[in-house]
Amino acid sequence: MTSPVESYVQQDYKYGFVTDIEADTVPRGLNEDTIRLISAKKQEPAFLLEWRLAAYRRWLAMTEPHWPNVQYPPIDYQDIIYYSAPKQVKPLGSLDEVDPELLATYEKLGISLSEQKRLSGVAVDAIFDSVSVATTFREKLAESGVIFCSFSDAVKDHPELVKKYLGSVVPAGDNFFAALNAAVFTDGSFVYIPKGVTCPMELSTYFRINAADTGQFERTLIVAEAGATVSYLEGCTAPKRDTNQLHAAVVELVALEGATIKYSTVQNWYAGDSEGKGGIYNFVTKRGKCAGARSRITWTQVETGSSITWKYPSVILQGDDSIGEFYSVAVVNNRQQADTGTKMIHVGRNTKSTIISKGISAGRGQNSYRGLVKMLPKAVGARNYTQCDSMLIGNACGAHTFPYIDVQHPSASVEHEASTSKIGEDQIFYCKQRGLDTEDAISMIVNGFCKDVFQNLPMEFAVEAQKLLGISLEGSVG
Amino acid sequence: MLDIKNLTATAGGTEILRGITLTVNAGEVHAIMGPNGSGKSTLAQVLAGHPSYEVTGGSVTYKGQDLLDMEPEARAQAGVFLAFQYPVEIPGVTNAYFLRAAYNAKRTAQGLEELDPMDFLDLLEEKLKLVEWGPEIMSRAVNAGFSGGEKKRNEILQMAVLEPSLAILDETDSGLDIDALKIVANGVNALRRPDSATLLVTHYQRLLNHIVPDRVHVLAGGRIVRSGGKELALELEERGYEWLTDAAGAVA
Ligand SMILES: Nc1ncnc2c1ncn2[C@@H]1O[C@H](COP(=O)(O)OP(=O)(O)OP(=O)(O)O)[C@@H](O)[C@H]1O
Ligand SMILES: [Mg+2]
Repeated sequence: MTSPVESYVQQDYKYGFVTDIEADTVPRGLNEDTIRLISAKKQEPAFLLEWRLAAYRRWLAMTEPHWPNVQYPPIDYQDIIYYSAPKQVKPLGSLDEVDPELLATYEKLGISLSEQKRLSGVAVDAIFDSVSVATTFREKLAESGVIFCSFSDAVKDHPELVKKYLGSVVPAGDNFFAALNAAVFTDGSFVYIPKGVTCPMELSTYFRINAADTGQFERTLIVAEAGATVSYLEGCTAPKRDTNQLHAAVVELVALEGATIKYSTVQNWYAGDSEGKGGIYNFVTKRGKCAGARSRITWTQVETGSSITWKYPSVILQGDDSIGEFYSVAVVNNRQQADTGTKMIHVGRNTKSTIISKGISAGRGQNSYRGLVKMLPKAVGARNYTQCDSMLIGNACGAHTFPYIDVQHPSASVEHEASTSKIGEDQIFYCKQRGLDTEDAISMIVNGFCKDVFQNLPMEFAVEAQKLLGISLEGSVG
Repeated sequence: MLDIKNLTATAGGTEILRGITLTVNAGEVHAIMGPNGSGKSTLAQVLAGHPSYEVTGGSVTYKGQDLLDMEPEARAQAGVFLAFQYPVEIPGVTNAYFLRAAYNAKRTAQGLEELDPMDFLDLLEEKLKLVEWGPEIMSRAVNAGFSGGEKKRNEILQMAVLEPSLAILDETDSGLDIDALKIVANGVNALRRPDSATLLVTHYQRLLNHIVPDRVHVLAGGRIVRSGGKELALELEERGYEWLTDAAGAVA
């Protein structure tokens, strides 16, 4: 007898199309010349090229980390294309100059780059393969002093800010993938919110990998000056391909005194097929520094895509009374693997962190939560609350928890709660007995499970995330 | 309304229902009693379509339709409601959201338009009165952290909102204090209509003082071993089940 859950059908990844566009691509492989070429294409100042080369030399001496609870065949770093950009990327005077093919691509993804058409007050930076193709609402944001542009433009227009903050939170040699990123990063978003300014609209970056065999190495830097506030969203998709593609990004956040940065991600990279063929390797370093007193950084992530995710959005709580938060939903289905969590490093006094992690495993997916809570000797009165829940759908998947706690001051307190539940036939049957079909029942139960995280997402994103969750779990159960 | 003929069912390979025949007409209330493990809940779950039970023989006709051929949600949409002996918790999903989703699923199946949240709130307000609850309960997650009695009361609230044609109440009275018992009984009585029927699984005569049944059946060893009027419940209260199960044993 097939259970109602088993007969739940698979829905296709709807972002899996490829845009046919002429690209300017560097030859496969990585050496100092590749880096010089990338830097030259971007007409970068000397300090940046030096920074890249230094990172590259360190990277050469590093080895890929194998402690995450994920398995994949060795990556041939010489077989990757490190730069691919749609042709015609001369500086754009206005959005009208963006290749219509690209505009159409983003329309298809549900992202309108045409400012007139945008109803919601969200400004978008659109990153296509290695470069930013458009940033909307730049002028409007500039009125309040907010800088929102591609990383490349920031290097050109605000080199002093880039120089000051680049690598200040994630140093070039931080880890294997961060070093690789530092050497070859091609673009990304840059945000600067001046003192006392509340950013007048949500900012967002939409990442799209299009070209085959390329890696995407973007770098995002967000700086909020004293008393500034910003909410930033990140979305990502990629075509369906049967080879794996590497995405090794770095995100750095800096919050000065009393500043607030809310960083939300809905990650929906192509996850590979039901047998695990293809998909994105999402090896990402994200870290924020609460540099000033009473500053606050909140990471909210909904991770549904990628064949492998390796990602620990973290917060260094340096300023006294600063707050770090991590809210995460990670879903694995089919053959997906995720090793994700956070690090909360309490340095200052009375710093406070909250971690809420919801892992959902279905199909033959493997989901690991890995989290570090560290209270340094000066973190007097620091507090952490961690809640880490796993939900299993079916019998072939796995959920794992690796919490690390390191408390070096007696007045610091750490509270950890964990649970594992199995989405039961009984729960589903209860819903069906009330007239809901299996699909709606599962979606309702799973969304209920993730509620504490979703309520931290900006409204529109929350709705999007709920839908996405339903789709990623279809065909999952059995 | 409901016509069960020679129904047999197994769970995990063991035969639990061993030939149940029972007819319930519109407007009637039937009580089902019987010792622990006799198959009362199994009968209720089989009627609702729980996937853990396999029907191995017999038939069930509901309003002229082959009930056993319908998906559980289709049965629910057609007006079959089961108040569970052990209601399930759904953390993070509010009662209000759940009830509206259930209510609208039924409306959609009937080709009606969904009720928007505001209109639904009005409807809810009426129904809450029936179970003597304030609106706070609606923002709590479905059964999560509810006491045993609250869960049962919540089942009645759901029933009141969904207005079933066939309500099957599996020990909804168990674990209720006296006041709650009255509330539940009033709720059930208020929903009695000439075109609906109720199957009441219970261990206690006291519920039947409040909800007077047309027929009382005793289930033992997966069979109905005795049927009678409401006075049968009184007799059971006095004499227990042994005299019946012994007799059934002698027959078998
Ligand atoms: N899913 C199942 N798998 C195996 N055995 C089951 C299952 N469900 C019920 N049974 C068995 O079937 C028998 C009847 O159970 P059922 O729950 O129908 O009894 P009941 O009459 O409702 O009892 P009670 O008065 O205690 O609620 C019991 O022996 C029970 O252990
Ligand atoms: Mg029972």
